[in-house]
Amino acid sequence: MAILIWVPLVLPLLLAAVSIVLRSRAWTLWLPVSAAAVLLGVGVTLVVSVSSGGPLVTAGGLIRVDALSAWMLTVVGAVAVVALWGGIPHRTHRNRNIGSFASLLCLFLSAMSLAVVADNLGLMWVAVELTTITTAFLVGSRGGRGALEAAWKYVVLGSVGVAIAFLGLILLSAASRTTGEPTLSWVALLAHAGGLDPTLARAGAALAVLGFATKAGLAPVHSWLPDAHSQAPATVSGLMSGVLLSVAFYAILRVQAIADAALGPELMRGLLTAAGLLSLAVTAGLVITQKDFKRLLAYSSIEHMGLLALGAAAGGPLAIAAVLLHMLGHGLVKSSMFVLAGRILGYTGSHDIADVRNLLRRRPDLGGPFLLGAAALLGFPPFVTFFTEVAIIVAGFQRGLGWQMLLACALLLVVFAGIARNVLAMTVGADPDPDAARTSPAPPDLPARFRQIPIGIALGVTAVIGFAAWPLAAPLLDAVTALGGAR
Amino acid sequence: MSIQTYQQLLATTTGLLLLTAVLQVWGRSIVRAIGLLVLQGIALAGLVLTVGLYAGEDSAWVVAGLLLVVKAVIMPWAMLRSARLIGVTREHSSRVNAAVELIGAAGLTLLAYAVSGPILGNHSDLAAQAVPVGFSLVLLGFWQLLVRGSAITQLVGFLMLDNGIATISFLTFGGLPLVVELGATLDVLLVVLILGVLMVRMQAEQGHIDISELRELRD
Repeated sequence: MAILIWVPLVLPLLLAAVSIVLRSRAWTLWLPVSAAAVLLGVGVTLVVSVSSGGPLVTAGGLIRVDALSAWMLTVVGAVAVVALWGGIPHRTHRNRNIGSFASLLCLFLSAMSLAVVADNLGLMWVAVELTTITTAFLVGSRGGRGALEAAWKYVVLGSVGVAIAFLGLILLSAASRTTGEPTLSWVALLAHAGGLDPTLARAGAALAVLGFATKAGLAPVHSWLPDAHSQAPATVSGLMSGVLLSVAFYAILRVQAIADAALGPELMRGLLTAAGLLSLAVTAGLVITQKDFKRLLAYSSIEHMGLLALGAAAGGPLAIAAVLLHMLGHGLVKSSMFVLAGRILGYTGSHDIADVRNLLRRRPDLGGPFLLGAAALLGFPPFVTFFTEVAIIVAGFQRGLGWQMLLACALLLVVFAGIARNVLAMTVGADPDPDAARTSPAPPDLPARFRQIPIGIALGVTAVIGFAAWPLAAPLLDAVTALGGAR
Repeated sequence: MSIQTYQQLLATTTGLLLLTAVLQVWGRSIVRAIGLLVLQGIALAGLVLTVGLYAGEDSAWVVAGLLLVVKAVIMPWAMLRSARLIGVTREHSSRVNAAVELIGAAGLTLLAYAVSGPILGNHSDLAAQAVPVGFSLVLLGFWQLLVRGSAITQLVGFLMLDNGIATISFLTFGGLPLVVELGATLDVLLVVLILGVLMVRMQAEQGHIDISELRELRD
């Protein structure tokens, strides 16, 4: 079974090479999609196999798949299928750089897979940094001043943030000197957490969380996120928002498990609550007056990351299981939304919310899913985001974060109002030119039906998974146990 | 290696690291900044070799050689090439004046020594006592990222920060596993190359590489 772990790490590299060689062929864009599909398959297989047979270890202990890693692989695969398949551009919008674009996407997938299966702080760090490197040109690929500025900020802030995380990981590992030979392994650190040097562990965990929070887009170190997400092509925004943020958050969860075991939960709880509430506040402050619909979605990602941080701060099986399920739900919906935003951009030619009106009548194929997706982002039932958000808030109340959760609910209401107002204006808002809606001919880039399939699947899965989550309960609880169980 | 030689080599290399970091703070010549980075790379490689050989690790030669090639040859060469392509040899803008910059740098170095004390606790081995140098490099790198306006000096600041982290990891650990070391060095090299390409594109697009003038995107 352990050999299976290598598939999502190596296959994308091969496909990347193929797409570089055959760069002029349009079908190379399907290579990342197939890599993502394989990743999803491997993820599901590993979830099943780990839940019956326990963690798999390979490469001399550098790589280890426990229930949490297997779950993350599944999330990465599922979201990547949606973002990549949905994001395949229409025939008329393709350009000459398809090959390098496809190969960077493949490498990005491989780097994310490595980040979640590495059982070595250093190797995981290398993988997270590789995700920045592979996406740098993807963010800037549209060209122009805005894209360059976004790419510069993204690479500088991302690298500096992750460098700080590296410093934190080194200190965390140095803290294990008191237990013998210093170790870089998650498992060993968690097992010996009781014997870690408390001062070094405290400094290390705080720096590591600060660093990975930069990559996860948590306030106050989120400033690259709206720029990068608004400038990157739709597929890339979808992938970054849907899974890259979650992969960075996965690192925070691992660090938190060690810090909680070594120092008690107060340090991480304080840091994560502050970051979570601040993220919600930043979003609440900026969504109402937002003029750009891709930035609107980007701020919504900051909000959802804030929710994840609050869930992690609450801790315990309910909250952590909800956090992990929320990663899947938010990832699927957000990647669909970015894909749709990309198509809307192709239709209107403008990022402005004000330029998009009456979408539900003019382009029901875009407006319908956009409205449904926004409902899912806002946490309407039956979407799974409703259940996970409620679970996170209930768990927070249960575990003594009462006023923090009240404040979070108030901020969520503001965010709700802001996003709903803008999305309604785009989809059903008064049409400045109602006749144009009826008389305009079918637009030339009307997407083929199969491009709608991934969006439909993503929204459908998000809608039913909240009710049909019983097969997921066991793997999610296993993943919670991998993080040191219920504390 | 006798303990005296070890002590002296350790003091020389860490002293050189700190000196090159502080000297970065004043002066506006980009060629000089890159030159200081070369010196810093050599000092870092020397430090790695010293610590590794004293601990009796044969792989120290490999790691030190790798660091020397990447940090003292390839990276500075790539940066110099970008600077030539852009045609910028002096930096014009800094957000604060030179005096404030120096006082800030001095304060940060003091701060590095102040915070390293409690973090290190009572580890008395010689290498650990030099860890404040690493923290100084990290903070000075940060300082440079914050106050300098030009893309290329921001990159210098980032590399200083990275050198600081490498220093800390070698002094507290005697180095990381070779795979991680290779991966980390390669990652940083790729970041430098990518930022170099972005800088050249920025120059072509807007005629300057002034980061404080990047105001296209905001709310």
